[in-house]
Amino acid sequence: MTSKVAAIFEANRASGRKTLIGYFPLGYPTLQESIDAAIAMCENGVDILELGVPYSDPVMDGPVIQAATVDALAAGFKLRQTFDAVRAVTEAVSAPVLVMTYWNPVLQYGVEKFASDLKAAGGAGLITPDLIPDEAGDWLEASDAYHLDRVFLATPTSTPERVKRASDLSRGFVYAVSTMGITGARSEIDANARKVVAEVRSTHTGQNTAVGIGISTGEQVLEVNEYADGAIVGSAFVRAYQSGGLEELVETAKSLNPNH
Amino acid sequence: MTNLRDASGPYFGEFGGRFVPESLIEALDQLEATYEAAKADPTFQFELAELHRTYTGRPSIITEVPRFASHADSEVRIFLKREDLNHTGSHKINNVLGQALLTKRMGKTRIIAETGAGQHGVASATAAALFGLECVVYMGEVDTERQALNVARMKLLGAEVVPVTSGSRTLKDAINEALRDWVANVDNTHYLLGTVAGPHPFPTMVRDFHSVIGNEARAQMLAEFGFLPDALAACVGGGSNAIGLFHAFLDDTNVALYGFEAAGDGMDTDRHAATLNFGKPGVLHGARSYMLQDEDGQTVESHSISAGLDYPGVGPEHSWLKDLGRAQYRGISDAEAMDALRLLSRTEGIIPAIETAHALAGALKIASELKPGASILINLSGRGDKDMETAAKYFGLLK
Repeated sequence: MTSKVAAIFEANRASGRKTLIGYFPLGYPTLQESIDAAIAMCENGVDILELGVPYSDPVMDGPVIQAATVDALAAGFKLRQTFDAVRAVTEAVSAPVLVMTYWNPVLQYGVEKFASDLKAAGGAGLITPDLIPDEAGDWLEASDAYHLDRVFLATPTSTPERVKRASDLSRGFVYAVSTMGITGARSEIDANARKVVAEVRSTHTGQNTAVGIGISTGEQVLEVNEYADGAIVGSAFVRAYQSGGLEELVETAKSLNPNH
Repeated sequence: MTNLRDASGPYFGEFGGRFVPESLIEALDQLEATYEAAKADPTFQFELAELHRTYTGRPSIITEVPRFASHADSEVRIFLKREDLNHTGSHKINNVLGQALLTKRMGKTRIIAETGAGQHGVASATAAALFGLECVVYMGEVDTERQALNVARMKLLGAEVVPVTSGSRTLKDAINEALRDWVANVDNTHYLLGTVAGPHPFPTMVRDFHSVIGNEARAQMLAEFGFLPDALAACVGGGSNAIGLFHAFLDDTNVALYGFEAAGDGMDTDRHAATLNFGKPGVLHGARSYMLQDEDGQTVESHSISAGLDYPGVGPEHSWLKDLGRAQYRGISDAEAMDALRLLSRTEGIIPAIETAHALAGALKIASELKPGASILINLSGRGDKDMETAAKYFGLLK
């Protein structure tokens, strides 16, 4: 069974295009508005959607996403609404929907049950920022059982052995962390990003590689796309939504994926 | 039974591990390798022991407190391991000096630390001054307000104190912020974590640095009194002073182990920090352990009059000892702790930290469960100077 996420990369590659992955936090500012925002992103240039589960202790996130997820939790976001949102988005658009979540919410929900409910809702898989392959036994099993994608991270300090492992075990793509740091806009993309992508390529796993962390402008997306299969944008979408609502969000999606 | 003392991570039963972003793995591997090499290196051991002898003031003494013990329901002898007499006023210096030496060995020039009450922040700032390291301490904004004097101490020692305004603005969020800093600056920065929580190798390494407490105490009890205590008592927030005392005794099956968590407003309320009593296993700050959380796995805020125990997580080795039944963990309310703080002050002339007062109150409560004439060794983990403002307000001493 092929991955829907990998199929998008494949199709884009066949037509000489790169893949844009866009993040939006669930339940922000309300569940319905986050669903509407996600759908609008997919209709206007985002190839693969990354829906973020708000979590009390998001250690990989910078101020913009932290603040949004704090608001989402304060507004009453519940974990089970993740599946409602995934269902609503996948019914409206064809883009695959990955859920980005810290590990404890999945652990408490039950790894197998989370996988089962995500599959039933039409979700494509998980991106797990604080779950390294070494600790992922239950998730490897559940994602195999339910044919879900799993995205592990490779960073500038990962050893070749660890990049190989992340590439072997990821399904969909490998998340190449561009820089040593947390989410949020940066003025320049680290030269390290190129190195991480090259490292993934050198594993000969045929794995797709998308670069994330710090990417916020169309120029940066173009720069990354020179060597990677795609780019991941998060905080820039949240900021656009904060400053100009759906309209600015749509403009941002269009500007980040001019080929759309 | 295998030797419990030999457990050295990354897992303690089902607890522990490394639930952190991939960006930190290389730093954790480097730390683990550096620590393992240092542990086997007599030069390192000598260097640390000399620092403790000439700077910390080790070995710390044992004081028997009969006037305090007479307030227990039954006849017991109570002994205090005086970590309050260490330089900087608590046990925290044991770990900080060890990790500062490792920082030098790794060639790093900057340390970051989290702090709740300020004890670990002050100890870290002290070590940074001693070793010429840059030091940034993350402290929840709420805690910078309730521990203003410790903020001044850290600044005087040359550290930068960053008030953390995210989340609940307490210790838990200070750790999040320190982790974010570490992810971004891992090439020149060591995260000097202050308790036996966090990803491997921290729980094992921090325990080892604090195990000097129990190693000394065990030998001192045998040499000075000719017996081992029947029970040990220590307060548990993250659990560093407790594991430091317990470790040497883990395989002495006749020695009962008691950890006392902060019950805040009381064990029948939801305002407490009694993680091992009311928490469930989950993942927080890089390790699987008991933690206070809701059904969605969101961390729940803890409450305690003691900033140092006000933490919704606990070290994984404690979770393991609880499930094994080797140690018992109970709750002590704010009121019980403050009563014990005043009692020790008035009966023995020793003002303990509010954290430590939880262990004192607990010892008085368990006395009736022990055989007549039993002995209890308490880790007097810190002195109360830092808590004078809280105590003065609590007892109305400034009217």
